[in-house]
Amino acid sequence: MNKWWWKILCIILLLYTLTAGLLWNNVPRVPNLQETIRNLYFHVCMWFAMMILFTASVVQAVKYLRTNDLQYDIRSREFAVTGIVFGILGYATGTIWMSYTWADPNTPTTASFSQIAKEPKLIGAAIALLIYFAYLVLRDSISDIDKKARIGAVYNIFAFAFLFPAIWIIPRLLPSLHPGGEGGEGGNPALNYKDLAPQMRTVFYPAIIGWTLLGVWITSLKVRMRFLKEKNLIEQWPEK
Amino acid sequence: MARKIILLLSALLLQLILLAQDNKVEMADTFRSNGKIFVVVAVIVTIFTGIILYLVRLDRRITKLEKNSINP
Repeated sequence: MNKWWWKILCIILLLYTLTAGLLWNNVPRVPNLQETIRNLYFHVCMWFAMMILFTASVVQAVKYLRTNDLQYDIRSREFAVTGIVFGILGYATGTIWMSYTWADPNTPTTASFSQIAKEPKLIGAAIALLIYFAYLVLRDSISDIDKKARIGAVYNIFAFAFLFPAIWIIPRLLPSLHPGGEGGEGGNPALNYKDLAPQMRTVFYPAIIGWTLLGVWITSLKVRMRFLKEKNLIEQWPEK
Repeated sequence: MARKIILLLSALLLQLILLAQDNKVEMADTFRSNGKIFVVVAVIVTIFTGIILYLVRLDRRITKLEKNSINP
C-alpha cells in the first residue's frame, strides 16, 4: 500500500461517522424528520462524494485533451464510474428516506407516490445519472483507443456541465419537498452556515471527507488494475 | 489556556441542557436509554470493518502485482 496515510484517515473518519453519527445524542429535534435527521451523515454525503468524484473525472478529461496521455483517460473513466456508484447509492438512500418522511400517512401509498414522483429533485438527479450512464455506453462502445479517449473526454465535460442545471438549478426553481426548493428556506441545504445546526457539523464535515476518501480509494484501486492490464498503452509508468 | 477550555466545555454543556429540554418532538429516546442502539452500531461497525479489510487486502494484492510487472 503506497501513501497509506489518507487511507487510514478515511477509515478513522468513517468509523467516527458511523459511531458518533448514530450514538451522539445531540441532533436537533425536528418534527417529521425526528431521528432520520442522522441520514444527513449518509445520504447527503453520497451526493457530496459523487460531486467531488465527477469533478475529479472532468479534471482528468481536460488533462487528457491537453496532453493526449492515455493514463488520464483511464483515470477519468474510473472516477466517473465510482461517482456513478455513489450517485446510485445517494438516489437509493434518498428513496428510502423520502418514503418515510414525505409520504402522507393519511392517504394511500399510491396517492403519495404520484405526489412524490413529480419531485423535481428526483427527476433532475435521474437525468444527471442517465447522462453519465450514456457516457459509459458511448466511451466503452468505441473500439479505436484514441477516438474512444477523445470522444469520452469531450462528452465527460458536457455531462459535467449538465449536472449543474439538472441537480442544482432546476430543482431550486420549482416547488419541491426536498430542502432548498422554492417555498422552502431556499439556498444550499446542509451547506448553509445558518441553516445546519452547529453541533451536526462536527460529524457532517468529517463524514463528507471520509466518504469522499473511500470513493477515491476505490477509484485508485480500479485505476491501478487498469494500468496493469493496459500497461503497453501507457508511455511511461505513472508515478502514484 | 485551561480557563478557556473550561469556558468552552461549559458553553458546550449548556447547549446540551438546552437541547434536552425540548422534548416535544418524539425521538428514539427509549432506544438510546436502554442501550439497544449499541447493538445496531456494533453490527454496522462490524460490516464496515469487513468491507475495509477486503479493500486493504485488494490494495496489497494490486501492489504485489505492480511490483512484479515493473521488475520481472
